[in-house]
Amino acid sequence: MNSFTLTQATAIDEALRDKASHDNSAYLGGGTNLIDLMKENVARPTHLTSLHKLPLSQIERAPDGGLRLGALATNAETAYHPEVEKHYPLLSQTILAGATPQLRNMATNGGNLMQRTRCYYFYDLATPCNKREPGTGCSAIGGYNRIHAILGASEQCIATHPSDMCVALAALEAVVQVSGPDGERRIKFEDFHRLPGERPELDNTLQPGELITAVDLPEKGFAKHFTYLKLRDRTSYAFAAVSVAAALELDGNTIREARLALGGVAHKPWRSKEAEALLVGRPATVETFRQAADQVVNGAVGQGSNDFKIELARRAVVRALKQATEMNYELDENAFLNSNP
Amino acid sequence: MHTTPVLQKPLDSSPAAIVPTQAVTLHVNGEDHTLQLAPWTSLLDALREYLDLTGTKKGCDHGQCGACTVLVNGKRINSCLALATVYQGSDIQTIEGLGTEEELNPLQQAFIDHDAFQCGYCTPGQICSAQGLINEGRAKTVDEVRELMSGNLCRCGAYTNILSAVMEVIDRQAVVNNGTLTTIPA
Repeated sequence: MNSFTLTQATAIDEALRDKASHDNSAYLGGGTNLIDLMKENVARPTHLTSLHKLPLSQIERAPDGGLRLGALATNAETAYHPEVEKHYPLLSQTILAGATPQLRNMATNGGNLMQRTRCYYFYDLATPCNKREPGTGCSAIGGYNRIHAILGASEQCIATHPSDMCVALAALEAVVQVSGPDGERRIKFEDFHRLPGERPELDNTLQPGELITAVDLPEKGFAKHFTYLKLRDRTSYAFAAVSVAAALELDGNTIREARLALGGVAHKPWRSKEAEALLVGRPATVETFRQAADQVVNGAVGQGSNDFKIELARRAVVRALKQATEMNYELDENAFLNSNP
Repeated sequence: MHTTPVLQKPLDSSPAAIVPTQAVTLHVNGEDHTLQLAPWTSLLDALREYLDLTGTKKGCDHGQCGACTVLVNGKRINSCLALATVYQGSDIQTIEGLGTEEELNPLQQAFIDHDAFQCGYCTPGQICSAQGLINEGRAKTVDEVRELMSGNLCRCGAYTNILSAVMEVIDRQAVVNNGTLTTIPA
């Protein structure tokens, strides 16, 4: 790890100023990803602005009826918060499907959005990687790419975004609240993360110096019919090969509203509005779900080792929609664990 | 002529010469300790190398194995990914603070009774993690304990007996509290 200086900011303004006044600086949240990347020498900031003491740990009702998740509330505090469990059980279930209790106790909500890909080559300083060192090339294309993207990739980068939580936030249409040198702004979740295109070094649309202060959930939580289906190489503590967040509003057997987002398949949480549109107004049947699944993987491209993900994603979408339809969720403290596959 | 490519130039001087250490007061197992630490010293290294609290183990040093698990304000974390200076003012508890040789923590006794270790390297992390699990009060069944202890690896494969040990303490607490799980005083 390179040497660095560290400041513990106590207010948002102070954090913004501190980061801006140091070259090659980074914000430090829970540290579960950044410190690891620094130990690997993938990230080499020479100054850290620690956010640990900022008053951004609250989870509270927003005036519009939604819920505001403080950027520094931990993933565990969020997943187990009574309001989240009751109104946004999809988010609870999704957070608890990721990482370990220790990591969830450290990792923050803002940090979860900011975590970087687990692409093997991104971590391996001996190999070219356009995300780590722009212009050097992509080692995953033509290399071993079992964990890589099947949707929205570019010739520069086929990395995937590793978060579970963000898949649920995409499905729930969360809004990211940020503060920066030019003031505050709100970013729709679908606009927060980006596809690699020609600039794979950029994971998201934050401007230099901007800081996430909260993640806002709209009022609608789809608490009755939802599922987070996570398929992985072992049943706990592994990143998703493919994951699906499905949320439905049903009127009898007719789908009134649908949300569908996938993890493990793209450079960002992959929400398919086209597939959602196919579901609305239709009966909640396997035939309908298959059509939506075909739409999701329409245009998917395998890279060799990850070809299996296309069919896996298709089947996962059908199963997730089926699970969401058949469940009739009642708040049960064991429901999250028991409903994990 | 053969040359070795150099990806990153080494620093011109040692890191310690560039960034001065700072006084950091850590509250560990009920006592304050003021240490001179560099910003990059992990909580794990501060405990082991500066406070001689070597019960907490360094396994992977990347947050993957759980051997470094300690409790901060009653919650289990990976101390290898924590910068010590950030945890100034927090209540830190290590395996040395959970019980004494004369008066073992119920989890320590249960690990002995159930033969829940072989080499013992993961054990302090397992026990601190189990104490955190009990503090959380979320796990009641074997499957729930299995899932919520998945952040602690055991290369000897003592999982079956670790599970029995943790379940015994959870079940005993459930009986003591007439079916209602509460926190065991640590």
